[in-house]
Amino acid sequence: MDLKTIKKRSDYEWGIEPSGKMTVPVIIYADESLIKAMDEKVRQQAVNVACLPGIVKASYAMPDAHWGYGFPIGGVAAFDPDKGGVVSAGGVGFDIACGVRTITTGLSIDDIEPVKEQLADLLAHKIPAGLGSRGKLSLNIKQMDEVLVGGARWAVEHGYGTKEDLLRVEEHGAVAGAKPDCVSDHAKKRQEEEVGTLGSGNHYMEVQKVVEIYDEKTAGAFNIAVGQITVSIHCGSRGLGHQIGTEYLKKMAAAAGECGIELPERELACAPINSRVGQEYLGAMRAGINCALANRQLLTHLLRGVFADMFPKAELKLLYDVSHNTCKEELHSVNGQRKRLFIHRKGATRSFGPGDPSLPAELRDIGQPVLIGGTMGTASYILVGTSESMSLSFGSSCHGAGRNMSRTEATRRWHGRDVVRGLAEQGILIRSPSFRGVAEEAPGAYKDVSEVVEAAHQAKLSRKVARLVPIICVKG
Amino acid sequence: MKGRTNRKRWEHFPHEADIGIRGAGATKEQAFEQAAIALTAVITEPGKVAPEQKIEVTCQAGDDELLLADWLNSLLYEMDTRKMLFSRFEVRIEGNHLNGTAWGEKIDVSKHTPTTEVKAATYAELNVRQERDGSWIAQCIVDV
Repeated sequence: MDLKTIKKRSDYEWGIEPSGKMTVPVIIYADESLIKAMDEKVRQQAVNVACLPGIVKASYAMPDAHWGYGFPIGGVAAFDPDKGGVVSAGGVGFDIACGVRTITTGLSIDDIEPVKEQLADLLAHKIPAGLGSRGKLSLNIKQMDEVLVGGARWAVEHGYGTKEDLLRVEEHGAVAGAKPDCVSDHAKKRQEEEVGTLGSGNHYMEVQKVVEIYDEKTAGAFNIAVGQITVSIHCGSRGLGHQIGTEYLKKMAAAAGECGIELPERELACAPINSRVGQEYLGAMRAGINCALANRQLLTHLLRGVFADMFPKAELKLLYDVSHNTCKEELHSVNGQRKRLFIHRKGATRSFGPGDPSLPAELRDIGQPVLIGGTMGTASYILVGTSESMSLSFGSSCHGAGRNMSRTEATRRWHGRDVVRGLAEQGILIRSPSFRGVAEEAPGAYKDVSEVVEAAHQAKLSRKVARLVPIICVKG
Repeated sequence: MKGRTNRKRWEHFPHEADIGIRGAGATKEQAFEQAAIALTAVITEPGKVAPEQKIEVTCQAGDDELLLADWLNSLLYEMDTRKMLFSRFEVRIEGNHLNGTAWGEKIDVSKHTPTTEVKAATYAELNVRQERDGSWIAQCIVDV
């Protein structure tokens, strides 16, 4: 991004004042080198979002922002329903509630190291991953509707987890207001055999080792220490979410025209929150969130099965589960007033600070765990939400490393076989059905996750707690 | 990554997070067919997919561009629910209606070594146009 097109507000905050059809400024949180490396399209897309009706305060971009479609990936925007605010299917994306959960195991690296190959093979065997894989459950439409309302709660009620797990999931396992009736039979049909599957692309299940702690007190509250093993799962709402996104994008493209909303690009298709299409989308999108929460809960159940077989002393406890692609109804302070707003986070993590009533009792004084997935060769981070983030970004932070290169370019630069061999030499085992898939996800195709996390930390969007490195990565 | 026979061809074009697919042909229908091959090529080499089983799809949309997105999204739905991949396509367009036929086979992970799923054809860089030489282009970004 050309530094002349954006104003430096501080070392970690950059702004574009409103002009033309923008009603609010753009604010990007990043250091100078991340800003320079950011695609010009991020600026354009964040500016387009600043033109949407009813947007409040600013169109935000997180430090990992990159060129998306409609919204930038790493985009955050709040809309006021009382001021004609909109909900946008493009502002949530096709993989509704794609997210990360991290699980502590109570094991140390010494427990894992001698049986690493065996563990990698067993995980690859037991976790349905990649195109054409089928889940262990096949649900009829009635059962599917129960999942779409019940989310991870449904999974726990059916024996796939514990009540304690639910306290560690956003919305305690299920978001309210899901309307299965607003989800088409096509979307449900697409999900029939995909419940409890990992997916592909950048989705993974990763066994990790904690290598550094930045904040002992918070790490203690999160039950993590150096040398310990954690497992992280990155996946979303699978075919159901993809189909909801596809269908409502089309409906909203038509609805926007009917409501006289001028779209800077079609992918920003949206409808007023207080409109029939807007309400139907919210009902369907929430069903998609619950589908993703159930999915990650079912994968956790499979993971627990593998660990129970191999490590009888292991105790797999959910640290937290965060969703990246959502629109959520939340209360926020704007100009001293509490307002009910609809917060779009497109490739951004909720990052609620201490004291938030939605946090479980044991984390209420600490803040929400913010889980940042890195690449299969670098690192992931655990951060904690800050009080400052509530006023800086409606309680949001970055979500990952963020790509800095296209998939096309990545496959030109690297061969999957070499990537897998190189990582094995560093002690990282990759299990994937496709070498080309590995090349597309090569660590070099991403921004430096440490730089992204440092920028989020310095900007006070969230605070660093721990760094984790991959040991085993199962990809779809 | 490109495929070419006469004026018919397909290619991928870069997008930072996802991937662009583009089909070209002497007619709009050919461009749509080639875009579908480009879609398959995001997942696997189209040459690895035997055109053994035939399926039909129909779509309707307000304009050519939305029709292209619908066509590609209908194929993704068929791939997902039938657990199939497709390598040969035939498209007939009349006004806002599209009738398409796709030939393919069930996914075989060891044979097709699928790289990634495609979640959706997006409206980003969505474009259907006729070039000066009379040929047609049909393209969009797909979310992977």
